Amino acid sequence: MAKADVIAAPAARAPRKPPRIALIRIATLLALWAAWEGAAASGLLYSGVVPSSFKIIAAFLHEITSGDFYWNLEFTLFEVALSLALGCGLGLAAGLALGASRFAGDAYERYLQYMAPTPKIVFLPVLLVLFGIGAGSKIAMGSLSCFFPMALSVAAGVRLVDPVLLRVGRSFNLSRAQMVRMIYLPALVPPIATGLRIGLGVALIGCLLAELKMSNRGLGFMIMQYYAQFKTPQMYAILIVMFLIAVLANGFVARVFRLRGTR
Amino acid sequence: MASVSEPAPVRRGRRPRLSPALAGVVTIAVLLVIWQACVDAGWWNKLIAPAPSAIFAGLAPLFSDEGLAVRFFQTLGETAAAALLAIAAGVPVGLWLHRSRWAGRAYFNWVASIAAAPVVLLYPLFLVIFGRNASTIVAMSFCTGITSIILKTKEGLDGTRPVLIDVGRSFGLTRAQLFWKIMLPAAVPTIATGVRLGVIYCLISVVGVEFLINFGGLGELIDDLADRWEIPMMFGAILFVMLTSVGFFWVTEQAERWLRPM
Repeated sequence: MAKADVIAAPAARAPRKPPRIALIRIATLLALWAAWEGAAASGLLYSGVVPSSFKIIAAFLHEITSGDFYWNLEFTLFEVALSLALGCGLGLAAGLALGASRFAGDAYERYLQYMAPTPKIVFLPVLLVLFGIGAGSKIAMGSLSCFFPMALSVAAGVRLVDPVLLRVGRSFNLSRAQMVRMIYLPALVPPIATGLRIGLGVALIGCLLAELKMSNRGLGFMIMQYYAQFKTPQMYAILIVMFLIAVLANGFVARVFRLRGTR
Repeated sequence: MASVSEPAPVRRGRRPRLSPALAGVVTIAVLLVIWQACVDAGWWNKLIAPAPSAIFAGLAPLFSDEGLAVRFFQTLGETAAAALLAIAAGVPVGLWLHRSRWAGRAYFNWVASIAAAPVVLLYPLFLVIFGRNASTIVAMSFCTGITSIILKTKEGLDGTRPVLIDVGRSFGLTRAQLFWKIMLPAAVPTIATGVRLGVIYCLISVVGVEFLINFGGLGELIDDLADRWEIPMMFGAILFVMLTSVGFFWVTEQAERWLRPM
């Protein structure tokens, strides 16, 4: 028997077990919280700028139990819902028109693509002039923001509709409206869902930014009121609410359409 | 011979075709003419929707009186600062998330969530911390731009074809050589996509925050003109921002295409 066979092979180094992910995450959150509290207690920063997290939690609890908060929340949600309906509705119509006609797509889609990455907030002065300081300019801002993702997503989706389905529709002599209702729309659920998901996020941002800039009601208005009065714990509390609404809305739409894998 | 003298057959029922690109330009021109006519006829209030001729006439004073070129470079400088910081921090963080299994698993989803989160809504928070100055604009834009760079760097490095790594190992390359000579070059196109997205997000954020906090370059100019009710010049400045973002988009797209393998 060869010696090599007798000698025990050196024990392979056991792969290091990765630390538990949940523990790492909890430790990271605790470290961030400790750093925040340290900054708040150190006196290095003005206490109003970095208030203790306990003050923010107290302000948060106070806000979510006050009627004033819900009065403003209701207004913001109304603006977002209406802007989503308007912007996505128009975006869907434009996307169908651009996708269904190759000529229209070639002629006009490039302009939508050029406009899409432009920061929409710069149009706010125009919208304020046209629709005033109230809900109108916020709804217009939200609609403008969500129009582009929906239009471009649907236009791209229409071109991917199975030609066999279209030929079947034509062979049954379907009218244009019937084609849209019975062939295009059912085949376009994924691009519509993508447009809706992106659209909801940007409509929410559009409405809230417009409120932050100039408004007389809504969560953005509340934040700017607290900012002007230097009530930072309250301001942070409403910011957290706004942030949570945006994240939860995005997660909700993603879950509804089960699009998590198609980001 | 007879066939030579015969006139060419005339195609009946065929209209001359308009190219789609020309149709797009013609449509815009027609819309501008209608807009001009509506303002000239007094149907649209020129104080709210100025005529296209007034907007184009306002472009020259934008450069001469309002310092549009200086503001453009100010915006560009802030965008460059935010983008460079985002690249300098984002690529190493993406590399760390790729190399460290536990860090990748623990933090990747967090970064992806932040990328989808409306960071721009936090501008009052940045305003409180940094004050109303360029630091707020750069810090916010940095936060907006960095996530796509981190995500794409990790994606690019994760996606290196195993056969390339095996070839490197068979040549006895060290870990550092493997990274510099194989993994990084293979990941460059994907990282470039992340950088392109990051730079575009930085520009959008810079202009947006400038407008919101009324400080800086092009964004502040628009807000300023709106406050002074210089509506034709405000429309001109918005047009300039649109052209800038289109130009930026095109340049970054070309740069990315140049970095992509054929």
